[in-house]
Amino acid sequence: MARGALGRPRPKVNNPGLLFRRIMGFVFRNYKIHCFVVVICIVASVLCNLQGTLFMRNLIDDHIAPLLLVKESGGVVSYDALLQNILRVALFYALGIAASLTQQKLMVNVTQGTMRDLRNELFEHMEQLPIKYFDTHAHGDIMSIYTNDIDTMRQMISQSLPQMINSGITIVSVLTSMIVLSPIMTLVTLAMVAVMLVATKYVAGNSSRFFIDQQRRLGGLNGYIEEMVGGQKVVKVFCHEEESVEHFTELNEALEASAYKANAYATALWPINGQLGNLSYVVCAIVGGALALNEIGGFTVGALAAYLTLNRSFNMPINQVAQQFNSIIMAMAGAERIFALMDEEPEADNGYVLLVNAREENGQLTESTERTGKWAWKHTHQADGSVDYKPLQGDVVFDGVDFGYTDDKMVLHDVKLHALPGQKIAFVGSTGAGKTTITNLINRFYDIQDGKIRYDGINVNKIKKGDLRRSLGMVLQDTHLFTGTIAENIRFGKPDATDEEVRAAAKLANADTFISRLPEGYDTMLTGDGANLSQGQRQLLAIARAAVADPPALILDEATSSIDTRTERIVQEGMDALMKGRTTFVIAHRLSTVKNADCIMVLEQGRIIERGTHDELIAAGGKYYSLYTGNQIAE
Amino acid sequence: MGFKRVLKEVKEYKLASVVTPLSMILEVAMEMVVPYLMASIIDDGIYAGSMPHILKVGLWMVLAALVGLLGGLMGSFFGARASAGLAKNLRKSMYENIQTFSFANIDRFSTAGLVTRLTTDVTNVQNAYQMMLRMAFRAPSSMIVALCMAFYINARIASIYLIALAFLVVMMFILLPKTSKLFSEAFPKYDALNASVQENVSAIRVVKAFVREDEQTERFKTASRNLYRIFVKAENIMVISMPLMSATVYTTILVISWIGAKLIVDSGNTALTTGELMSLLAYCMNILMSLMMLAMVFIMITMSNASAKRIAEVLNEKSDLTNPENPVTEVQDGSVSFRNVSFAYNYKEGGKPVLRNINLEIASGETIGIMGATGSSKTSLVNLISRLYDVTEGEVLVGGRNVKEYDLETLRSNVSVVLQKNELFSGTVLENLRWGKADATVEECSRACKMACADEFIDKLPGGYETRVEQGGSNFSGGQKQRLCIARALLKSPKVLILDDSTSAVDTATDARIRKAFREEIPGVTKLIIAQRISSIQDADRILVLDEGRIAGFDTHENLLKDNEIYREVYESQIGGSGDFDEVG
Repeated sequence: MARGALGRPRPKVNNPGLLFRRIMGFVFRNYKIHCFVVVICIVASVLCNLQGTLFMRNLIDDHIAPLLLVKESGGVVSYDALLQNILRVALFYALGIAASLTQQKLMVNVTQGTMRDLRNELFEHMEQLPIKYFDTHAHGDIMSIYTNDIDTMRQMISQSLPQMINSGITIVSVLTSMIVLSPIMTLVTLAMVAVMLVATKYVAGNSSRFFIDQQRRLGGLNGYIEEMVGGQKVVKVFCHEEESVEHFTELNEALEASAYKANAYATALWPINGQLGNLSYVVCAIVGGALALNEIGGFTVGALAAYLTLNRSFNMPINQVAQQFNSIIMAMAGAERIFALMDEEPEADNGYVLLVNAREENGQLTESTERTGKWAWKHTHQADGSVDYKPLQGDVVFDGVDFGYTDDKMVLHDVKLHALPGQKIAFVGSTGAGKTTITNLINRFYDIQDGKIRYDGINVNKIKKGDLRRSLGMVLQDTHLFTGTIAENIRFGKPDATDEEVRAAAKLANADTFISRLPEGYDTMLTGDGANLSQGQRQLLAIARAAVADPPALILDEATSSIDTRTERIVQEGMDALMKGRTTFVIAHRLSTVKNADCIMVLEQGRIIERGTHDELIAAGGKYYSLYTGNQIAE
Repeated sequence: MGFKRVLKEVKEYKLASVVTPLSMILEVAMEMVVPYLMASIIDDGIYAGSMPHILKVGLWMVLAALVGLLGGLMGSFFGARASAGLAKNLRKSMYENIQTFSFANIDRFSTAGLVTRLTTDVTNVQNAYQMMLRMAFRAPSSMIVALCMAFYINARIASIYLIALAFLVVMMFILLPKTSKLFSEAFPKYDALNASVQENVSAIRVVKAFVREDEQTERFKTASRNLYRIFVKAENIMVISMPLMSATVYTTILVISWIGAKLIVDSGNTALTTGELMSLLAYCMNILMSLMMLAMVFIMITMSNASAKRIAEVLNEKSDLTNPENPVTEVQDGSVSFRNVSFAYNYKEGGKPVLRNINLEIASGETIGIMGATGSSKTSLVNLISRLYDVTEGEVLVGGRNVKEYDLETLRSNVSVVLQKNELFSGTVLENLRWGKADATVEECSRACKMACADEFIDKLPGGYETRVEQGGSNFSGGQKQRLCIARALLKSPKVLILDDSTSAVDTATDARIRKAFREEIPGVTKLIIAQRISSIQDADRILVLDEGRIAGFDTHENLLKDNEIYREVYESQIGGSGDFDEVG
């Protein structure tokens, strides 16, 4: 699960101030009051604990020593004052604990709530991104934003930030007391703190360098395992186990070496800074001793004793801050990636032509709120606000379409075609000829660079994307199913489909037979992209999913290629019934599909080089003919 | 218990594993000494006005700091060495064990599952082990030393610690199981949430094609909300522990102050002195801090125990195929027989048989076509020949001997299978081919490629045989991959060659040329060809028709056409058309 971030070095954060403000802005959006109360609680608990520390420090001087004197002089010992003071401190302690409990409980909500909001916003935004984003970013990297990066943010918000505030308050209050006691001695302490920071920088620098190295190697190992374990059956068939282990061992040992160094340095920071703290104590004692014993600058022996205690409580929070530093830097790098996703431009949609249910009255189309089974394009003219209805027919025109995934490399050139309603258009050609690309354009997964695509005479740019896509059914070569029951997966095509509709669609796709044979039928749970089904069965479900949507036009990226011929024929019959009266674009891999097509487009290097029916193209004796007879091998 | 099994893999890192806690104890010892020295600097140095004492004790303190530093650093470095080493050994042992897995074993684990076990789970255990080595001794030893010192000073007052300690332990036993139960509910939910992100990322085209963005977002939000609730619930219980701990510490401090003060005053500073009281109060912090550390170690171990269990599963998985004691290392000829064979996946767990009562006699050098609908167990049948799975009943013979008598490597080198799911590995074309025969010369490779009709496209590649193959062979088309896989299998010079639907993406004409080459170049090799296309098998010596795990016909093309209905039906559906359009080449 935590795989994607592996192998990526931690980038330098560009503008940490701005990034930090943005993170806090996100936290404050829903939890401003929470955060305010949290800070108050932290201050309150630090102050309350200070009362306790003061009491402890003065217990002997203010209570025990005077009482002892009273006792020695034979007076009556009264513990009332002590009891009173203990009760007072108990009250403060209680308040402090209440404050810290409140703080922690609030922080649970702040942290988890912010994580929830972040996840939701990320996901919602991600769903709006154009296909291009997913085609150009490694899926593992996207995943790691949801897992690793969010997790580092969680640590920062829930642990590092409160700890920093807490330590900060302690540092400031102790530093003030130290300056009041002796400015000169404070300089000595600060000099030692500087040494600690230098040590921290060195150790933490090494540790993060090795951590990056470790992540990179882990990524490499991860890739190797994935490849080899994924092909484990081939490894077995070729008895290739020893070689496989040999290479693995190399990678494994390199990983161990960097993991060792990374962890050794990371854990060394605490003892190093801790002992430097002790050193600081000695240096202060010697310098202070020299000052106090020679009575320089009015520094008394009592003040030195007090100062040394303060020095001790100063080093602790400094060490804590140093510890948090690394995790904050990690979190900032994570936050940068999180916000980079959030800043991705969502899919633009300026379409205003809508798909509506229609009813025909006296030869006139009118809009209907019910499902009539008849659809129309609702075209609101921007100039005068008048409304036109045009029946949805499935007439598709490509007019001089040029397209490239990047502007500098065109993959389609001057594509022209006209599909009449109900026609079946087949695309054939070798891999990379541009078949899939054409179908990506009709439903506007990508926008074209030049030319026009018209759907029922309307430029597809004017149609609202959701409505355009609803009017086009799609069955892709890679069937993707979702975690859920079979019925839910079929219903993906039409969320409000009744059980009967689901069953009818499954029957049409010839999926009903195998579904009924499963012990739990339509309620069978699918997990891991339908891993518990065969490839053929998954494709049948994908067809059923498209069938239940009952779209007026279809895009098929040859879904039948791994169904055996018998099953395929039955599916084909169902598909033929489904295609009847619908415009269909099919990327054909099978002969039977091509033969039934109204028009075959032969693509080569992004151009349509031949078009016509099967018989016409065979008669022409061109590329199609050679593909069909297999006489020429085109590589 | 996952951890017990996992700890067996410490092996050569035992020394580091022992040195680490010892170093930590050294550090703790210095931690105990330093406060004494500090007090001595103040009481006997500063208040007494003795600079030499300050210098002397200061020197001791520097020494103590150095020893403490040594202990600390040793703890860090040996701890890291031991835990990184354990992680290395775990990965190695798992990987090596995976190599012994049979197909049935592999089926039980998903690739993603194995990858997670080898990476994330190992890292979890590594961190827990490091924490354990560093803290599991440090904390208790520090606590025990402090307790002893406290009892030495004043047993009556020290017994208050025991009460506080007992109280905290009881509270921990109440709180911890509750939280760990909630967390164990939460983590699968968290995994499921991430799985749904994964699904949406890889299936984004489906989501967009069906305009399901909003619905998916809603579903995600619901899941995310549920996760939030359960995490908040779990953490809300967990955060009680810290204030609870402080409350106990503070109460103890106040009670000791009260009792101690009375004791000092009443006894006139004899039964207990002021200095002793201060020490008692300092130990109080120490004891409870150590307890907190222990609780953390405990939590860490419980949380990583799930990972340890998953790792142990892989380590304990025993291959269900083993080499026989005196294996036969030579295969006589390419004859194959099935005698009363039945086969079920997961037979022990009550899997239904997918092959029933199969009886076959195939002579050496015969070409056999195999066809049948999806799920008719064609693949299962041929997988039994090279003993990728063991039969449930009956026996499979190759070269006249039961496959179970052969050395596995001998058997698999002589029975070459081109799997339905073709895999190429990153490396060069040549390296991939040499999987079939490690020391194959370029000439041998190109001869195999020629038979598989792969030479025609390899020769056109700019790098020829040295061209890089990307992971999963993604830079080759399906048809090209299939032909490379066939060439790779041919390089083994097998006695039996099995093609499991291995030319489905190759165009008809090339397919025919490959079969022709087989006929002419390797006539002595028994060939079993599974295909969907009748044209790929109709010229075979005999064709086996499978239907739902039973033999429905085994005869020549002509005879089957005459009297096998299934075969005729398929044939009729395919006549006229002869193949595919895509992947030409």
